[in-house]
Amino acid sequence: MPIEVRNLTHCYSQGSALTTVALNDVSFVAEDGEFIGIVGHTGSGKSTLVQHLNGLLKPTSGQVLVDGQDLNGEHVDRRALRQRIGLVFQYPEYQLFEETVAKDIAFGPKNQKLSPQEIDERVRYAMDCVHLDYEKYAERSPFELSGGQMRRVAIAGVLAMRPSVLILDEPTAGLDPRGRDRILTMLEELHEREHVTILMVSHSMDDMARLATRLIVMADGKIVATGTPREIFAREDMMTSIGLDVPAASRLCRALRERGVSLPPDLYRLDELKEHILRAWKGGKEEAHAE
Amino acid sequence: MLNNVTLGQYYPVDSPIHRLDPRVKLVLTIAFIVSVFLVKDASFPISSFIGYALLLGFIILAARLSRVPFKLLLKGLKPLRLIILITFILNLFFTGGSVVWVEFWIIRITREAFLQALCYSLRLVFLVSGTSLLTLTTSPIALADGIELLLTPLKKLRFPAHELAMMMTIALRFIPTLLEETDKIMKAQMARGADFESGNLISRARSMVPLLVPLFVSAFRRAGDLAMAMESRCYHGGEGRTRLRVLKITRGDLLACGVVAVLIALIVVEGRFLPY
Repeated sequence: MPIEVRNLTHCYSQGSALTTVALNDVSFVAEDGEFIGIVGHTGSGKSTLVQHLNGLLKPTSGQVLVDGQDLNGEHVDRRALRQRIGLVFQYPEYQLFEETVAKDIAFGPKNQKLSPQEIDERVRYAMDCVHLDYEKYAERSPFELSGGQMRRVAIAGVLAMRPSVLILDEPTAGLDPRGRDRILTMLEELHEREHVTILMVSHSMDDMARLATRLIVMADGKIVATGTPREIFAREDMMTSIGLDVPAASRLCRALRERGVSLPPDLYRLDELKEHILRAWKGGKEEAHAE
Repeated sequence: MLNNVTLGQYYPVDSPIHRLDPRVKLVLTIAFIVSVFLVKDASFPISSFIGYALLLGFIILAARLSRVPFKLLLKGLKPLRLIILITFILNLFFTGGSVVWVEFWIIRITREAFLQALCYSLRLVFLVSGTSLLTLTTSPIALADGIELLLTPLKKLRFPAHELAMMMTIALRFIPTLLEETDKIMKAQMARGADFESGNLISRARSMVPLLVPLFVSAFRRAGDLAMAMESRCYHGGEGRTRLRVLKITRGDLLACGVVAVLIALIVVEGRFLPY
């Protein structure tokens, strides 16, 4: 179910003195099976864009096409389309409200008017996806869990609707490294095993380096660059000029290259960097032996 | 969705009225309300007419000086139009009198009744426009400050004036935050298929639960955080606390007091010496 954004422009409080252009002529296509990372500085329009993909905001001009259908068209079942695109907001744990974890996760499927058995199945599926043990957590109150667990419950609440596209706005913000790793692993599995298309907004370039198949770089409401992480992270100057970072591995690679270590210029993943460093190190040794 | 909500009705421009000390404005508003009641009622039509003319002149003067558009002032009357209308109609039909204008079946309208109805309606109009002039020209924070200072003498009677004002200020401060939060939670639940708009009254009330529970939870969390932040900066109530904005009575304040005093004096005098 591809999502196409065409010339999307969004202005907040239009017509008043406070008009701000949050999105300015944004176009891109998210194909099935992609893992798209949306990066940009605070206020670059990422969150606004994400809300458009689910039809929660109305474009000032432009279109969002889901599966070829205009999300804001006249004869479109917006709720049905919305349910196929799961949207996880920033700090989603603040939306929990039910007495038990299972009931909260069941909120979405219930709104889809599914049968009780099916709802139960969905709840188990979603809890399994986010690595929460059903027996242990289903009947507990979501408010007595840890922050990371609450966030996973909230994400499960969206997954239970079995969306074919999952959009996440800063899913790892404010979590400790372990909670962060859990969420990322979970997303990796969803993408690989369940073939869910994922769009993720994040400030962490290391997260992006690990997961994304394509990056969209935003600044001032516009898309300034798009490409594979390898292409994007090779342009460190462009990234720093709009206030963004590159992954730690890219920085290390560059520092080593400046000191004369022979490494390819576009490494950005920690594991590939390790391989290359080891190879270069061994190579260097052999050269020394040969002399 | 909720971004059209403006807080209170404060109209932020700079004017002599805006610059008045909030305490003075509060006291003068109360004095104005009293003067509205000092105007003679319809049994002295001429005296009453002069009284209302004076009040009208004062309101126009104040509104002009405050640079608040008249439209906004009239808008403040809108929620009360029904009450004003009912007051007028009730007084028109149920006041006795000798000079009959219209009479058929059980309806009987007299000249006295008409004047009485007019008087009472005007009284309401002036009360509302006087007080909205206060809220239009005074920011909520300044108003809370003014109330605190005016209530300070009551501290001797163990009345928690500072605490009350602090509560008001905090409540006002968090209204926009809570609105933003509501908007966010609403969107999050809508993304999970929640429906806030359709259905009958009961199902709509039920659909508020997924909105209200997280909102309350976050309000309590925020309150806890704020209390912690205030305590960690050694807040311990009003005792010995100095203020950032020290209020001072200026010449303009004295002048405003003078004008209102003259208004009240005129109303009292014409009421006494014009027995018509």
